[in-house]
Amino acid sequence: MSTLTSPTAEPTESAAGHDVVVRLRDIGKTFPGVVANQDVNIDIRRGTVHAIVGENGAGKSTLMKILYGVQKPDSGTIEVNGEVISLSSPSDAIGAGIGMVFQHFMLADNLTVLENVVLGAEKLHGIGDGAREVIREISTAYGLDVDPDVLVEELGVGARQRVEILKVLYRGARIVILDEPTAVLVPQEVEELFGNLRELKAEGLAVIFISHKLDEVLSVADEVTVIRRGRTVDTLPAASVTSRQLAEMMVGSELPSPSTEESTVTERVVLEVRDLTLPAPQGRDLLSDIDLSIRAGEILGIAGVEGNGQSELVESIMGMRQPSSGVVTLDGRDISSLSTRERRDAGIGYIPEDRHRHGLLLDAPLWENRILGHQTREPNIAGPLIDRGGARRDTERIVAEFDVRTPGIDTTARALSGGNQQKLIVGREMAGDPVLLIASHPTRGVDVGAQSAIWGHIKRARRQGLAVLLISADLDELIGLSDTIRVLLRGRLGETFDPDTVTPQMLGSAMTGAAS
Amino acid sequence: MTPRSTRLVLGIAAPALALVAAFLITSLVLAFAGDPIGDVWAQILSLPSDRGYINIVNSATVYYLSAVAVAIGFRMNLFNIGVDGQYRVSAFAAAVVAGEGWLPGYLNTVLALLAAVLVGAMWAGIAGLLRVTRGVSEVISTIMLNAIATFLVAYLLRKVAVSDPGSNITSTKPVPEGSRVPGIHAFGETATIYGLLFLAVAVGIAYWFVINKTRFGFDLRATGQSETAAVASGINVKRMIVISMLLSGGVAGLVGMPLLFGNDYAYGSTFQSGLGFAGIAIALLGRNHPVGIALGALLFAFLDEQANPLEILLDVSPQIVKITQGVIVLTVVIAYEVVRRYGVRLEQRRVAGALHEEVAA
Amino acid sequence: MSMVADPTAGTQSPRPKISVGWIYLGLAGALVLISLLRIVTGAHDLDSSGTLRATLVAAVPIGMAGLGGLWSERAGIVNIGLEGMMILGTFGAGYFGYFYGPWQGVVGAILLGMVGGLLHAIATVTFGVDHIVSGVAVNIIALGATQYLAQLAFTGVPGGGSTQSPSIDKLPTVTISGIADPLGELEAKHWFVVSDLAAVLGALTSNLSVLTILCLLLFGVSYLVLWRTRFGLRLRSCGESPEAAESLGINVIRYKFLAVLVSGGLAGLGGGFLAMVASSTYRDGQTGGRGYIGLAAMIFGNWRPGGLLAGSGLFGYTDTLRLRGGGETIHGLLLLVAAGLVVMAVWQVRKAGRRGAFITAAVGVAVAVWYFVTESIPEDLTGMTPYVTTLLVLALFSQRLRMPAADGKPYRKGSAG
Repeated sequence: MSTLTSPTAEPTESAAGHDVVVRLRDIGKTFPGVVANQDVNIDIRRGTVHAIVGENGAGKSTLMKILYGVQKPDSGTIEVNGEVISLSSPSDAIGAGIGMVFQHFMLADNLTVLENVVLGAEKLHGIGDGAREVIREISTAYGLDVDPDVLVEELGVGARQRVEILKVLYRGARIVILDEPTAVLVPQEVEELFGNLRELKAEGLAVIFISHKLDEVLSVADEVTVIRRGRTVDTLPAASVTSRQLAEMMVGSELPSPSTEESTVTERVVLEVRDLTLPAPQGRDLLSDIDLSIRAGEILGIAGVEGNGQSELVESIMGMRQPSSGVVTLDGRDISSLSTRERRDAGIGYIPEDRHRHGLLLDAPLWENRILGHQTREPNIAGPLIDRGGARRDTERIVAEFDVRTPGIDTTARALSGGNQQKLIVGREMAGDPVLLIASHPTRGVDVGAQSAIWGHIKRARRQGLAVLLISADLDELIGLSDTIRVLLRGRLGETFDPDTVTPQMLGSAMTGAAS
Repeated sequence: MTPRSTRLVLGIAAPALALVAAFLITSLVLAFAGDPIGDVWAQILSLPSDRGYINIVNSATVYYLSAVAVAIGFRMNLFNIGVDGQYRVSAFAAAVVAGEGWLPGYLNTVLALLAAVLVGAMWAGIAGLLRVTRGVSEVISTIMLNAIATFLVAYLLRKVAVSDPGSNITSTKPVPEGSRVPGIHAFGETATIYGLLFLAVAVGIAYWFVINKTRFGFDLRATGQSETAAVASGINVKRMIVISMLLSGGVAGLVGMPLLFGNDYAYGSTFQSGLGFAGIAIALLGRNHPVGIALGALLFAFLDEQANPLEILLDVSPQIVKITQGVIVLTVVIAYEVVRRYGVRLEQRRVAGALHEEVAA
Repeated sequence: MSMVADPTAGTQSPRPKISVGWIYLGLAGALVLISLLRIVTGAHDLDSSGTLRATLVAAVPIGMAGLGGLWSERAGIVNIGLEGMMILGTFGAGYFGYFYGPWQGVVGAILLGMVGGLLHAIATVTFGVDHIVSGVAVNIIALGATQYLAQLAFTGVPGGGSTQSPSIDKLPTVTISGIADPLGELEAKHWFVVSDLAAVLGALTSNLSVLTILCLLLFGVSYLVLWRTRFGLRLRSCGESPEAAESLGINVIRYKFLAVLVSGGLAGLGGGFLAMVASSTYRDGQTGGRGYIGLAAMIFGNWRPGGLLAGSGLFGYTDTLRLRGGGETIHGLLLLVAAGLVVMAVWQVRKAGRRGAFITAAVGVAVAVWYFVTESIPEDLTGMTPYVTTLLVLALFSQRLRMPAADGKPYRKGSAG
């Protein structure tokens, strides 16, 4: 494995001039049945932003958990500031000056920012006014703009992330790890975050940045390490490589892209939503006066920052929430007063955004999961009874057609990887021959291979006349798949964009409500 | 080993582990109290007398119904701790109905059984409604309803009571001869096995069939495994909660029926109590499976029967068996969890192994 | 499985913010109201110092159980086994109290309660058993063990038997006679508000067992520890977000374990109080479901010691009224309940919706009808007052409250990230 400086590099900001602060040598980690990391070698330098990229499931997160003491490596060493250290818990890592901002924030909603920050570090500045002062200082010094006495549940996503960064700085971290920090941010917030990171770098901290968003990575990182299938492929200066090259290193082969072909949109309106309003127990309506329509053969993409009403919109159309007003029609038929089951029977397929909570019975075998959501139809049932044989046969069919990698249909859903679970769900929902498919973040947490397979299935169904409501935070996916894009902001549907002409920046502005 | 045979072995390993652990712990308690461990186990683990076998089957019948009632709730992730109150209220109602004898012969019996099921369902339904409309935990509400049932039944008993001159016990009007369910003779003993044993068997078969083979059963199991997935799949969860509590209470109502129609023939202040909690332990031991529950019921009945003479023979409180039963609940659940985690790791290895072969091939 | 408010029962309302000022106002208002009621109905026993003293004695065991529940649930472990731990406490007090002395009885009660807590802790924290199942198991084991040990310990002992211990010596009581006597005179005057206040103070200054004082202090201590110390912050974080706590290097397992042990000790203390202050012996069945009622008081109090104290007071008061006033007093309470329900229904119309309000109003009217149609409640039925009250309290308040975010959820080390 090559480690550093490719001979043709001419870095503007020479990373080579800085000391190595973290050195990972031959790190290996295996879980039952899965090799997460193998022979990983990386040098991180002080005063730089070092990115680690790889596709979903490549082993990046496991590596960072090892560096933060959440997992112990099976083999290999970690050196910090030239000393080999052994980390058996996050406190050891914190003691070594390592701080981690997790992808899923580790914050207690019912506690204040102050309480969340001092938790576990009460010795440093106490839990009262002393701590409060220090938090305000750090917040001002790095431009984090955080109020210590606010309850975390009242904070938006960007603010929460800044609290996480503050937590790390409060403990005197000199090495800051960020795991997929931009997954939940819009382009403008991403720029703000990168500004913060550059300030950290200027103070001499080392920033490790895990991501699979290659354009962003190249705009802020000094060095990039590519990981594939648990191994380090190479480490290069960011200036010397393009995102296309990085992508190919990540996957090891040609990259699929969700480019659209010719339009398949027809005239027939499949889904129509008029004046849908969903009030909240307090304050602003969750959804206001939603008007949309989707025609057969059309994919309508909804862009929006999480928390602006996307889940509520999907749940209202599915009948899981009761709007206070509005009409939903499917193929001309008013389904506003139908139950979720009846709406599914009328021909709506649903790929939920959280497959573990809404899409699968994790401890049930695959063939029973095939029945989930379709308990009222063939081939799963025969009258009031479950048709076990029919369900099993159809599950075999789905496994074959949708390339679900599993040893058999009696395996429990929990044992499958995220991508295979999602492929099963897609196959199941398509099997009902729906007229409308609601796909909510359909490729979230799914490896590149499964992602392109799922895109392929959706596009094929669209050619056959399926109408699709697509919710996604992946702007590339939205732009690539949709025929029309609309933005959901604070519960209202805003402008319509043409995917052929829109850019991520334009969408980002509309999603955050910044002046366009 | 195929997945199914692996599952079977793991399924048996857990209760076996649990029982061994429970017996060990009970022995520790006996040692601590200075009771003769060896003699106690010798008595408990000895073969029952002929009369003893009949008692065991009878107790097991009643325990079985109680455990199935609890199991219906467990499948839905609902804890019906109220079986105790439900069966007493129902038994009282059924005894009153049977005693009045509005219909002749066995029609009367059937009517009384219906009354028991309805009253039990209703009593459990209160808890179910409180849960879906007001968000009240069914754990606390059923426990409260148990206590309320005690007072209610005592009060009503006093109102409708018919006391036998010469006895201290107040009870309802006795069930007429023609409505009593004849027992099954065995071993040439005068005591008989409850005729309503068949009712228990029928309930067990119905339980197995509905839960595993019908659409309703699928919905019920799905809701119990993941409420959120159930909602997304179109199941009306609130409706399921209420229906499950009603079903659970209805079966709970039948718990006292073998006693009523095969032994006591009236509901009195000495009607057997405490059957509800045993049902919880047995449902857990049997993993909510109709055959597992049957085995568990037999085991508990066996322990009860064999512990009876402990007081007279060895001056040891028969309560020791209650400790064993409670410890079994804990050890069983711990054992199942330990075995389950092991099984998950096995499966993950298997899945990865199979995929590796695929890739290599 | 969620213990209290669950997702199918409608969206939770946001947490109500009650400032200290409102609390004082509320208390003052209640005092005035009860004083009025007393003068109007002539039922001077309504808030006499005797009644209030009895209320205190009835409230403390419930409060201790509730406090135990609070400690446990604040760390994320649901503890249904409080009843069993309380039963162990009654036996501990009976055994050590009789054979050694009253203070040993107190220690014995706490220790035995903690044994129950240890069992629950090992099952739920170490092995990840479902909290409810473990709690039910602890109750079964505790009951069986207590009956078994009681038979061993007390048969053949003079004054005792298999179901009860002989008399335990009493703990010292405190009476500030300098204040108590003039307060008593003031109370006898039956003056508006002044006499009621005198009764309240009188109940607190005469014949107060040291154990009562100790238990009341524990409420304050719990508040201080849980909300003002680092230990308390860490413990609460385990109940709000154990993943966050673990990611910050906190040994979540240790805090959960400790919390459940403390929980058992508190419940045991409540049991000890039952055996030594509320009565003077251990008796089989003494706890009467107080472990569960304590949980209801905790829920009512929104998992805070202050609210819990109020809730326990409420339960203690209704139980005292039942014991002292009998069927007629409980009958009077019906009117109060009916009025309350109607008021709630009016308030509900604005917030929740027509249907919910209608049902509440209908129930309120039904209760009012019951009141007017009957003269009193039969003695047999008054026994169910505490349990019906519990149901009522839970039905009215379950949805508005906020339990610790990770309460009842299984936790495994390594779940951070």
